[in-house]
Amino acid sequence: MSEVAVDAVEVPRRAAAAFTPAHRGVLGAALLVLALAAVLGPFAWILTTSFKYQIAIYSGEWPFTPTLANYADVLFGRRSDFVANVTNSLVVASASTAIVLVVATLAAYSLHRFRWPRWVTGALLGWTLVFHMIPVMTLIGPWYVAFRALGLYDTRMALILTHVTINLPMTLWLMRAFFAEVPPEIEEAALVDGCRPLQAFRRVTLPLVVPGLIASGILAFIFSWNEFPIALSLTSRELATVPVAIARFAQQYETQHGQMAAASIIATLPAVLLMALGQRFIVRGLTLGAVK
Amino acid sequence: MELVNRTFRHWSLVPAVLLFAVLTLYPTVNLVRMSVSTIEFTQGGEAWSFTPLRNLALLRADEVVPPAVRNTLLFVVAAVTIEMALGLGLALLVAGVTRGKGLIRTVMILPILVPPVAIGSMWKLLYNYDFGVFNQALVALGLPPANWLGSTSLAMWSVVAVDVWHWVPFVFLILFAAVEALPVDVLEAARVDGATRPQLLRRVILPLLRPAIVVALLFRTILAFKVFDEVYLLTSGGPGTSTELITLHLYKVFFEQNQLGYGALLSLALIAAILAVLLVGGQGVRVARA
Repeated sequence: MSEVAVDAVEVPRRAAAAFTPAHRGVLGAALLVLALAAVLGPFAWILTTSFKYQIAIYSGEWPFTPTLANYADVLFGRRSDFVANVTNSLVVASASTAIVLVVATLAAYSLHRFRWPRWVTGALLGWTLVFHMIPVMTLIGPWYVAFRALGLYDTRMALILTHVTINLPMTLWLMRAFFAEVPPEIEEAALVDGCRPLQAFRRVTLPLVVPGLIASGILAFIFSWNEFPIALSLTSRELATVPVAIARFAQQYETQHGQMAAASIIATLPAVLLMALGQRFIVRGLTLGAVK
Repeated sequence: MELVNRTFRHWSLVPAVLLFAVLTLYPTVNLVRMSVSTIEFTQGGEAWSFTPLRNLALLRADEVVPPAVRNTLLFVVAAVTIEMALGLGLALLVAGVTRGKGLIRTVMILPILVPPVAIGSMWKLLYNYDFGVFNQALVALGLPPANWLGSTSLAMWSVVAVDVWHWVPFVFLILFAAVEALPVDVLEAARVDGATRPQLLRRVILPLLRPAIVVALLFRTILAFKVFDEVYLLTSGGPGTSTELITLHLYKVFFEQNQLGYGALLSLALIAAILAVLLVGGQGVRVARA
């Protein structure tokens, strides 16, 4: 199963022949266009809404006079902390991604390379899996209590630590899959040639899993940037991240539709940007993560 | 040499274990402690008192829990069923396309990576009663506008529709990878032997895809139980309790009613339920893979 799915990335066109005749017709093409429109339509609608004055949104006039007023209002308006929110999100997402990459890569390498007793490997991997399945909301209560006791409530540190924790299972499993594809002989050769173990890891094996680091890094960053329930529960107004700001915005200024659309579009930009840069890695990461 | 090897071996696993122990194991243990307590915040600290029966009584008296459980089950079953059907159909459809697969895949990743909160606020605008795209379409067709998020009968299905939009692409990506990896010679052999197209699909392709389908199903089911962000934005559980989900209720118990002890009890019940699903589902995967 797992090998099969990995193969699919390398041999994209193999099975197409078996399906082709059924869908050569217009029907197949039409359905496909419909599916693409269904995915992209909402984005297009919101994008145009974000450039409309309130009056144009209500009247539904077309064509409309485009304006950047909504974006200006969201970013620099008097009632908006959006620049601070973006800064918070960037700091938390960058720091938590950097930490989770280091922690998970070391752990994945350790599990892969060193002969740990089976129960150690099993307990760690099993627990990460179980933790990944549990709604994070169940642990936010105890986190809240613990962070208050430690004086970390409403700090970026609390968000960074919790975001590292929620991204650790995925990153660990992904890096493990990528390490598994490095032939052990390469590192053994380096050791025979007089490399110390740490050097062998840093100079030989690590460079070979750079695609894995990129894939996990992009996904971890995006998931941290998107994360909502923890940020909502563990921060106050000043340290709110972008998703929290959007939620507050949607509730407090429910009638400012143009601004809501603009804020949604801004929040979507990092994902679109990273996807454009690292699409290949992301598809690999998402399907690997699901299949392995 | 041996010493360096051994120390590297040990410290390489330490950060992950430490992090997990402190931030997941310890809170889980604390959850048990909280679930039998009443916690009140006083100036400069918190007061814990041991009241296991009070929390149980709160659970029994909580009138939101039954509808929340019902809604969550309905949401998970409806959303996951539709997503699996559409995702599988789309994967088979795209497999037959000769050009543009890259484009389709790119487009399909987008909803998975967009912040769920942004998806919620986007769809809130799309569903808007006065000028949302759906009501504009209805009015243009001469039909009366619908109260997508405000009517008790419609709200749940509007929420399910957003989840379907969000997650069909994920099912598609997994199943598409599996479809593309189907052994061509087997399909070819079946066709040479005179299998008709429906036979080929039912007797050859679907059985070969079964492991991937089970994996996608399991993943989606578990993720569907975790849903929170979009629904919080779209309806916050309303109108009434018609879209109240267990995760939303948990948030309200913890942070709106400030019932940390009772919330912990509710969390433990939820974790137990999910572990049960996991065990049954894991068995299913094992059977499907065998």
